[in-house]
Amino acid sequence: MLSGIYSLLSAGLLVALDAVDVAFTEAAVGAGIATVLMLGTLAIVGHEEHRPEHQPVLPLFVVLVTGAVLVYGTLDMPSFGSPDNPIHHHVAPRYIERSGEEIGAPNIVTSVLASYRGYDTMGETTVIFTAVVGVLLLLARGDAPRRAWSDEERKRKLDPGEGGPPGDPEAAARG
Amino acid sequence: MDDRVILRVGAKMLIPFILLFALYVQFHGDFGPGGGFQAGVIFAAGFILYALVYGLGNALKVLPRWVVYTCAAVGIMIYAGTGVLTLLMGAPHFLDYSVLAHEPEHGQELGIMLVELGVLITVFGVMVAFFYAFAGRRRAGG
Repeated sequence: MLSGIYSLLSAGLLVALDAVDVAFTEAAVGAGIATVLMLGTLAIVGHEEHRPEHQPVLPLFVVLVTGAVLVYGTLDMPSFGSPDNPIHHHVAPRYIERSGEEIGAPNIVTSVLASYRGYDTMGETTVIFTAVVGVLLLLARGDAPRRAWSDEERKRKLDPGEGGPPGDPEAAARG
Repeated sequence: MDDRVILRVGAKMLIPFILLFALYVQFHGDFGPGGGFQAGVIFAAGFILYALVYGLGNALKVLPRWVVYTCAAVGIMIYAGTGVLTLLMGAPHFLDYSVLAHEPEHGQELGIMLVELGVLITVFGVMVAFFYAFAGRRRAGG
């Protein structure tokens, strides 16, 4: 719930930074869909946390080291919002000057995403598709069209020890 | 959920406008903020709201799983197909839309519209498929 509120607030922040397209995405995905999926996950896993079996020293160490390296990496970055940043001098001026006549769409973001960077956007779409394939492989148990078993086959499947996990006839029946 | 009249009626009134707004975001993406991705997410949110209020069973009647999965795949095929089409029409590069119409600008407009449509369909299918995967698990008690 907090992450949903956080997303909505960041969407407002992005609007203030004039990144309306990003704010739109943040509000729709971060505050909307992600919150629903998070609540769905909580409904699946329950709200009680299991006791950890190991001491969290090593994971804590890894997280701290990674965080320190990341913070160290930001020291080399150009200062935030400075007009001398490389991002303002590479291809951005050309997009701003020429996209009107080259592409014709008034929204430069759309021109860049769909035309100049058409490859990237196609790759991103494929990434989203791959993500859903992965989620379905992991989660969508029993969604596939069920095979019509004969009675004998069903009995064999339900029999623990031959097919399906032993002691879980329901799972075996779900296939 | 049966006796929550305000929720049901409110959702029923909101959903058409959510879907319409998604189409507006899609086709107005050239001029204002938005585009295929945002439109797809908003379109999916409309159906997810329906599923939340009226139950997964009703939502599956409106939008069966195979439709959602097909959408997710067809969108990418539209996108990649546009690229192949540009190549077949003699473009020097994959996804160079200028050859799609007589005027390069019209070609660009048409190409952007096609690929954004592909993105919309894929994102819509993927988001609803995510939701179905999570909500379906809960119903199965898994």
